[in-house]
Amino acid sequence: MLVIQCPFCGPRPELEFAHGGEAHIARPSDPASVTIEEWGAFLYLRKNTRGVHAERWRHVRGCGRFFNALRDTTTDQFIATYKAGEAPPASATGGAV
Amino acid sequence: MVNATAVLPTLPSKHWLRGTAPTTRFSLRGNAAAQQLAGQALGLTLPVEACRAHSAGERAALWLGPDEYLLIAPLIEGEALRAQLAAALAPTPHSLVDVSHRQIGLELYGPHASWLLNAGCPLDLGLAAFPIGMCTRSVFMKTELLLWRKDADVFHVEIWRSFTEYFTGLLSEVARELPG
Ligand SMILES: [Zn+2]
Repeated sequence: MLVIQCPFCGPRPELEFAHGGEAHIARPSDPASVTIEEWGAFLYLRKNTRGVHAERWRHVRGCGRFFNALRDTTTDQFIATYKAGEAPPASATGGAV
Repeated sequence: MVNATAVLPTLPSKHWLRGTAPTTRFSLRGNAAAQQLAGQALGLTLPVEACRAHSAGERAALWLGPDEYLLIAPLIEGEALRAQLAAALAPTPHSLVDVSHRQIGLELYGPHASWLLNAGCPLDLGLAAFPIGMCTRSVFMKTELLLWRKDADVFHVEIWRSFTEYFTGLLSEVARELPG
């Protein structure tokens, strides 16, 4: 079984987690002022990266918290996990994110 | 108030399973200030370390998340404790919800307790990885449960009421492999 490092609880089995889609997508601070294309991009456009991908995960059957992870989508390897609101660890991204 | 003992599910009679005394439960959400005030009202220090439980007598505070705790006490103290906690926490933003009847408490005990749990729970329950005093939510097959190791061979388990039969039934199946 895949073991995922929760930034709060430590290494835990994959079964306790839920995937939450791409990370670091900022909601436009003033939605009324953006174009419909920009709003559509915010809602729907995702990178669909092949390789190192920054994504949200939730330790739903544990501490319940959302956090972010860098995962290689070709190997399913978790390179790093970090708390929501933090920047991805630079050493782990290889400049990919 | 509902008489909790009257609506408790019937537990199978097993030598590795027992019910716990009727319990009052509060779900507390709040920052460090709220945690300190709640601890004072409860008579113990709320654990700051992840996945740890602190207890004093029959009362306990279980860390569930960075700002989330389960507070438990004997059922008979419930009304008074709720008033005490609410008064103590009033000055600071918080959420305090009575969840006494949402779940029931069970105790798995004996030399096979962790073996039984591992039939449906993927956590490493060795003493090094899951020491005495550790608590966490996890899964048991398709249900969620809360585990608290009170002693090397004793696990306090909180399970959502409607899943009690599912949980004890599956454990009973697994226990058929036990000697004796
Ligand atoms: Zn966690």
